[in-house]
Amino acid sequence: MPDVTYIEFNGTAHRVEVPVGTTLMRGAVDNNVPGIDADCGGECACATCHVYVDAAWLDKTGLPEPGSQEAAMLSFAAVAQPDSRLSCQITMREDLAGIVVRMPEGQH
Amino acid sequence: MDTNVNFDPREDAYSKPLDKIDVSVPELYQDDVYQPYFERLRREDPVHYCEDSHFGPYWSLTRYKDIMTVAVNNQVFSSRWDLGGVRLEDQVHGYERPSFIQMDEPDHGERRKAVSPVVAPANLARMEGVIRDRTNMVLDGLPRGETFNWVKEVSVELTSRMLATLFDWPLEERHQLMYWSDVIVCHVDTPDAPVHSEAERYAELEKMATAMKALWNERVTGNAPRFDLISMMARADATRNMDFRELLANCSLLIVGGNDTTRNSMSGGVWGLSKFPDEYRKLRENPELVPSLISEIIRWHTPVLHLRRTALTDFELGGKTIRKGDKVAMWFVSGNRDEDAIKDPHSLIVDRPRAREHISFGFGVHRCVGNRLAELQLRILWEEILKRDLEIEVMDKPTYLRSNLIHGIRELPVQIH
Repeated sequence: MPDVTYIEFNGTAHRVEVPVGTTLMRGAVDNNVPGIDADCGGECACATCHVYVDAAWLDKTGLPEPGSQEAAMLSFAAVAQPDSRLSCQITMREDLAGIVVRMPEGQH
Repeated sequence: MDTNVNFDPREDAYSKPLDKIDVSVPELYQDDVYQPYFERLRREDPVHYCEDSHFGPYWSLTRYKDIMTVAVNNQVFSSRWDLGGVRLEDQVHGYERPSFIQMDEPDHGERRKAVSPVVAPANLARMEGVIRDRTNMVLDGLPRGETFNWVKEVSVELTSRMLATLFDWPLEERHQLMYWSDVIVCHVDTPDAPVHSEAERYAELEKMATAMKALWNERVTGNAPRFDLISMMARADATRNMDFRELLANCSLLIVGGNDTTRNSMSGGVWGLSKFPDEYRKLRENPELVPSLISEIIRWHTPVLHLRRTALTDFELGGKTIRKGDKVAMWFVSGNRDEDAIKDPHSLIVDRPRAREHISFGFGVHRCVGNRLAELQLRILWEEILKRDLEIEVMDKPTYLRSNLIHGIRELPVQIH
């Protein structure tokens, strides 16, 4: 099973296996990785599963650009950056094995 | 409660023709009898049209998923004040309040971003100590073994102090902010409302805005950057040139958003746990459940009953056609009790799985900006209650506000043992 490394704001890393087809949000929540709230349960209707995707991964994997709803929600996240994504909108694939995502200071 | 002792809301809800069900009647919430009406609508007519109400014809969305659908579709469902705004009760001509909650993109987002840093993670961390000190002081000052009103002595006391801090308003004059909050949310036809006409309401809010403008003028010239709401609006490009009416509107929004919802959740949680004593026992034995409790309280109480949108185009939902120009109420108070979305929704369960997935903060771009500050205040309150192992005995049912917008608790008599 491919693995994902989630890095908390305080630097603590959590490497967990996430099945193909499962979102990175669900992968974190199901494995009790702290730092992702996911208040809307994966509907792209809030911005509380906000992560920063390591730039190397953005290039390497050709993740699709955020959709318009994701972009709208991200624009209201507390500390949005160009590499901000909602982890409920990233679905695990074999070629994302080893992907690294970092958490913001808070989820709003 | 209803003066007719024989009135049975369940019988009434199920015996009426569906099209006569009107959940906009403020007395339903004042008398705490609204649940069976929504229960029937969720089962039999979840996207419900009411032709004839005091607030005109309107649609009601009663299921979690339908509310979510409309909340995130701000292309079709508008919040604009000039289309009527975000309450079932339309904005009254000449007294409209163009606050950012009553705007669509991009106007809404630009203005919201001017004030949202006040609740950014770093600012919340800075506020935590102040909130805890005040909570300690208030709890330690409560009488023991005599009945008092939890709303006045705790909920209002804590949230009014918070609101004063957010505006950097003089603490000793915080009750003035509470008065304006009551003025903003009231239905003017309520017998004991603080104002009795839109003109009177607007006149009071002009006094509020004049006072805010005076603080603005002092702060806009200061050198050191300040982190209160007024200073933030005075500095941001999107808000620095607001006219008086928009200033009045945004201050009104921030006053209500910044205290009223949290106030009522502080009261609703005490009432809820008193109805589920086994859950309170579980909580006292497992204080690490407080964060989950807080989400559950906010769901179970649902401090904002509804928010309204206006359709910009025709839209199909649940087999019905909502027409361009129609008013649509998203009944959060019903979505949070939707049996299809939430298991055993009428119970307050302190360790409920996925407790965060309630609908009280709304969804989409208008989602509550202060949600994490609300949670922080509630979390500290319950942490400190549990540290003291306070036994809070509720002596009588709550007295509710006459409102179809705010799920307000005016009185909650309790004793502490």
